[in-house]
Parts: sequence; structure tokens; C-alpha cells
Amino acid sequence: MPDLSGFEHQLLLGLWMTIRLALTALAIGLVLGLAGAAAMAAPVAPLRWLARAYTTIIRGIPELLVVLLIYFGSSVLLMRLARPLGYTGYIELSPFVAGAVALALTFGGYASEVFRGAFQAVPVGQAEAAQALGMGRIAIFFRIVLPQAWRIALPGLGNLFLVLMKDTALVSVIGLEEIMRKAQFATGATKEPFTFYLAAAVLYLGLTIVSMSLLAWMERRANRGMPRARAS
Amino acid sequence: MSSVSIAKTSRESVPANVGGDAVLAVEDIHKRFGETEVLRGISLTAQTGDVIAILGSSGSGKSTFLRCLNFLESPSAGRIHLHGEEIRTRPDREGSLRPASHGQLTRLRARVGMVFQQFNLWPHMTVLANLIEAPRRVHGMGKAEATEKAEALLEKVGLADRRDYYPAHLSGGQQQRAAIARTLAMDPEVILFDEPTSALDPELVGEVLGVMASLAEEGRTMLIVTHEMGFARDVSTRTLFLHEGRVEEEGAPEALFSNPQSDRLRKFLSRHLT
Repeated sequence: MPDLSGFEHQLLLGLWMTIRLALTALAIGLVLGLAGAAAMAAPVAPLRWLARAYTTIIRGIPELLVVLLIYFGSSVLLMRLARPLGYTGYIELSPFVAGAVALALTFGGYASEVFRGAFQAVPVGQAEAAQALGMGRIAIFFRIVLPQAWRIALPGLGNLFLVLMKDTALVSVIGLEEIMRKAQFATGATKEPFTFYLAAAVLYLGLTIVSMSLLAWMERRANRGMPRARAS
Repeated sequence: MSSVSIAKTSRESVPANVGGDAVLAVEDIHKRFGETEVLRGISLTAQTGDVIAILGSSGSGKSTFLRCLNFLESPSAGRIHLHGEEIRTRPDREGSLRPASHGQLTRLRARVGMVFQQFNLWPHMTVLANLIEAPRRVHGMGKAEATEKAEALLEKVGLADRRDYYPAHLSGGQQQRAAIARTLAMDPEVILFDEPTSALDPELVGEVLGVMASLAEEGRTMLIVTHEMGFARDVSTRTLFLHEGRVEEEGAPEALFSNPQSDRLRKFLSRHLT
């Protein structure tokens, strides 16, 4: 066990914060991704334009900038909105909320494309069979189409999640005390940057390995009954 | 509406159909895709126990016609009655008729089953799960009851030992038999078969036709779009020949096959009866 000069506990707190941030961003991001995919396939043209603009902007701006724009931008926006209501004090989103929103926006932008492709890959006959039996739209979506699209989307979404998890480090710049921030504190106090950045790297790697095996398990589950499943 | 006025055929196992109320009555169905008119006015009445074979070359509109009957395709004009109840429609922006009442559409679909060329079993569910899904969601049937019923149906189509298999692990013939059982699980009053054996390897066609013949034997009301001439001749009570979106000729299968009136049907039969 390397000597972490008593900062083990702080690093573990950072790890816990990183996990919470990643999972929160994932949850919001999946919803955004589904909404984006739905908008791209919508019969209403403005909705399609909106979805296009969203994915284009997200893909065109570095993640670090998204984090900064959300954090400072939301602050400006909220104060503008609050002023007519008679509130003139300083308002800002907590770094956690701003970070989660920024990462979710990024994840959702890419996930929209993944979901769109996945829904297109589900044969039309699948929903038609359900329609012909009298099933309603909501049941068809959740019971027939989504599970099949999910199976197709899962590997792509898994990759996006691995990227998301590493992008959580960017939220340290707005002061959230996740792994990176904790490592910086420890470095400042001990003047041993290599030790603590290496410790941070090990934590991220550990998270990735755990996520990857979880994803592999989910893919096996989703592939039950598929011809390819037997090969794995 | 009385475009179908054919003498009943010799099948006497189904007594209650002559002059009885029509299960399905279809009047003057038209369908256009853009400038192309695919269906140009097709009418048909099915009494209980009727097995109506619909023949025609590709592009004759026979599959489209079948898909209009449960509104998988929206007809451009025409009327559909199920047990005398007219399905109310209203035109959409493109001029296609959409069902006006969602509840009525659901009832229609729950009572009119469909078997597809590509089976369309749900690959993420076992055979049993495929069978109990719609009865549970649409009829609100309990799981135990639905399962019991599904097992009986699987027995009937010869798949009792495959209930826990996924569709991908079944042969094409088994998949289509499972798909027929899935449709039967809803207790449909009419079953539409859309080229049910066209996607099958030749050696698997027989097992599916066998199941369909036994359904006909039970007195099920069936509309079958098919290229299986022998099956149409032997099992149907009435045969329709479509050409370019119209009923070119119709009648009892014996008459139609042995003594076709129109040139087109003669040519069609000479191509398909080898």
C-alpha cells in the first residue's frame, strides 16, 4: 500500500462524488438521448431542426466549454429571470447540478444519434405484429420496440458512458470535489503530484473496469435469444 | 356489396354460415399511393367458416388489400364492417381514411388476427412470452390463464416442447406455426394470412399449410393471400383472383381452377400450376 499521507479518506470521498455525478448525468442523458431521437424522427419539422441543432452544437463544442458555459451561463440566466421577481442577490447552480447538466447534455447529444440508429434498425414488422393484435402505442413502444432498440444501442451507449465517466474530471474546474479535485488538494498539501495523480488514475481505471464488466453483463442479458448470444 | 354471390362449396362441416350475418364485409376498398392506384374497388363478404383464398401476381394489390382490413394500411376509400358494425373513419391530410375511434380500432384489431410473411415474432421474448403478451395487454388476462391457454395452442400447432425457446432458435416453419398460435391466442373471429409460406424453405411449407388446413377444418374464418395453388384449390371455400387492384374473377375453387373465365386467370394458372 503506497503512502497517501492520510488522504485515502478524501480520495474515497472524491470517488463517491464522481460515481454520483456520472450516474446522475447518465440518467438525465439517457432521457435527453431518447427525446433527441424522438425529435429527429418527429413529423413536425421544427422539432427535427431543434434536435439537429442540439446534436450539432454538442458535437461542435469541447466538453470543458460546455461545463463552463452551463455553470456561468446558468448563473447569468437565473439572475436575469429572478430580477423581475424582485430578487437581486447572486444565484448560481451548485457545481454538482451544473456539472451533471453539462455532462448529461453532452451524453444526450451523442446518445440521440445512437438511439436514432437503433430505432431504425428495429424492423417495422415488429410493431406491426403488435398493432395487428390490438396493442396500444405505449405498450408497443415499451414492450416491443424499446427492448429491441436497447439491445442494438447498448454497446454504443456503453462507450458513451465510459467517456462520460472520464469527462467528470472536467467538473473539477468549477470546484466540485470529485476525484481530480481531491487529488489536487492532496498534491497542494504534500507536494507529491505524481503519487496523487497516479492514485486518481488508478481510481478512474478501476471505475472503467467495473463499468465494462457491468456493460458486458448487460449486453449478454439483452442478447438473450439472439443467434449471436450463443457464441459469447 | 353483393359483389360476392357465389354458391357455397361442398364443405358441410360448417353449418351456420349460409345466409348468416357476415363476419367481415368489405365494400369498395380503394388505395392509392401518390399517383398510383393500387386497389380500385374491392368488395368481399366473409361468412363464418369461409376460407377465402386470394390469388394474384405480385403487384396485383392482394397484400395491400389484406393490410387495409386491419388498418395497417389506410385505405383511400371504402367501408369495412365487422359483424355489421361499421368501422368509422375520417380522412387525413393525404386523403387516406384513418379510424375515427381509437377504441373501435383496437376492438377491430383484437378480433381480426393477422399472420405475416416474415412471421414477425418478437425475438427478445420466448415463444410462450410471444403468445401471452397481447392477451395480457389487450384483454387484461391474468398470467396463469394466458399461459394455460398458450400451452394448449402450442400443443395444437405442435410446438408444446418449444415454449421456452427464443424465435431465433426455431426453424422458419416452427416460427410461423408459433406466429399462428400467437394470433389464435387472441381468439380472433377472422384471421388474415399474408403470404404465410412465401418466406419458407420448400420443405417447411407443408407443416404450416397443415396447421392452416386444420384451422379451416375447425370452421375458422380465414382470408389467405397465397401462391400455394394446391392449397387454395383444396382448402378454400372461395377463391378470388386479383389483377391490377380489381377482382378479376371469383368463385368456388373447383370452378375457378378447372374452368377459368378470364384470359388473365388462365395465363396466371398456367404459370403457377405446373
